[in-house]
Amino acid sequence: MYQFNYARPKSLAEAEALLAKADDPKLLAGGQTLIPTLKQRLAMPSDLIDIGGLKELDFIRAEGNAVMIGAATKHATVAQSPDVKKHNPALAALAEGIGDPAVRHMGTIGGSIANNDPASDYPAACLALDAKIHTTKRLIEADEFFKGMFETALEDGEIVKEITFPHPEKAAYMKFPNPASRYAMVGVFVSKGPWGIRVAVTGAGQDGVFRVKEMEDALAKSWSPDAVASIKIPAKGLNADLHGTAEYRAHLITVMAKRAVAAAG
Amino acid sequence: MPVVAMTVNGKPASADVEARTLLVHFIREHLGLTGTHVGCDTSQCGACVVHVDGRAVKSCAILAVQAEGADIVTVEGLAKNGELHPVQQAFREHHGLQCGFCTPGMIMTAVDLIRRKPNLDEKTVREELEGNICRCTGYHNIVKAILAASQAMR
Repeated sequence: MYQFNYARPKSLAEAEALLAKADDPKLLAGGQTLIPTLKQRLAMPSDLIDIGGLKELDFIRAEGNAVMIGAATKHATVAQSPDVKKHNPALAALAEGIGDPAVRHMGTIGGSIANNDPASDYPAACLALDAKIHTTKRLIEADEFFKGMFETALEDGEIVKEITFPHPEKAAYMKFPNPASRYAMVGVFVSKGPWGIRVAVTGAGQDGVFRVKEMEDALAKSWSPDAVASIKIPAKGLNADLHGTAEYRAHLITVMAKRAVAAAG
Repeated sequence: MPVVAMTVNGKPASADVEARTLLVHFIREHLGLTGTHVGCDTSQCGACVVHVDGRAVKSCAILAVQAEGADIVTVEGLAKNGELHPVQQAFREHHGLQCGFCTPGMIMTAVDLIRRKPNLDEKTVREELEGNICRCTGYHNIVKAILAASQAMR
C-alpha cells in the first residue's frame, strides 16, 4: 500500500469538511473492496476518510411503503434485519449472499453502490427495486445513479447517506457466483411493484448493471419463468474473461432470469 | 505516525503504526501474536480471521487504525485457564486439521458461527465456511468438528 493520511470524523458534517480540504481523498466505509485495492496499489489516495463507524449512517427503518437503509449499514445487518426480511426478503437474501460471513461483517451497502463494481450485487437490487439514493447533496434515482464500470453519478465531495427501497410485491435475486471470488458471473434481480416490472443484470455488462427491457415487457404480459425462457440476450457489450465468454454470460442471463422469476413466485 | 490502541485478548495494546498497517500485521508484528496467519493476502482464504467487537473479520482486509478502540480476540485468546475452547477441543478430537495453517481462521470463524447460529446442520456449516480455504483435508473433519463443538456448547 502507498502511504496515506487517515482520519475518522465523528459526524457526516466533519467528513464533508475533511473531504473538501484533502488533496485526493477517498471515503472508507467497510473497506472490503478498497483495502484489497490499496494493497494491490491500484489506487493512491492522499487521505482515507473513515465513515464506517458513523452511527448516523448505520440504521434500518421501515416507514410507509419503504425500507430506509443507512449507507454505513453492514451486509450482515441488512441480511438479519427483521424489517428487511419482512418487507423485502429478496433484498435480505441478496445481502446474505455477498462475499462470505467475514466480509459481510465489514462491508457496507453505501460502499458497495458508491464503488459500483460491475459484478457486485447491490446495484442490481437498487436498479430492480427502483431505489432512491439520498446523498449529502440530493436525491438520485437508481436509474440515474449507476453510470458505468466503477462510475456513478456521485460528484466530488458527495456522500451517500441512505438508500430507500420501496416494498416490492414480488422479487427475487439469483446469482451464479464465481467460485473463487464469489462475485457474480451473472446475477439477475427481478421485481414487480408500484414501479411496474424490472429485470436488472449484474456481473455481465461491460458498463456495469443494466436492465433488460425485453424481459420486462415479456413478464408484464405473463409473470412466469416461461415468459423469459426463449429470450436470447445478445453477447455484444458483455464481459468476457478467463471465467467465461460473453456468449456464456449471455446464456446465463436467461437461465438466471428464469430461476429468479420462479423463486419470486 | 498515528498511535493505535485497542484491547486484544482482554489486555490493552497500543503502538505507533503507519496508517497503512493492516490489523493482521499489527497483531503479528507489533504484538507478536503469530497464531493469526496470512494465507492469501487477497481476503479469500480466511486464515487471518479474528473477532472485532465479537464478529469474525478478515484481519488482512482491515487497517489497524480502523480497529482503534475495538475489542479484538485472536486464536490465542480462546483458551481459558489452560483449558482449550470447546471448538479447539473438537478440532483436536475430530482431527479437523492436517498442516494447521488454515486452522486459526477456521476456529475463529467457527466460534463466530456457533454464536450466530447455535443450531447448526452440515449444509449450513459448509455454506458458512465459504470464506475459509483449507488445502489439505477436504473439509470433512473440519465440518465434523464444528458440528460436534456446536453440540457440546448447547
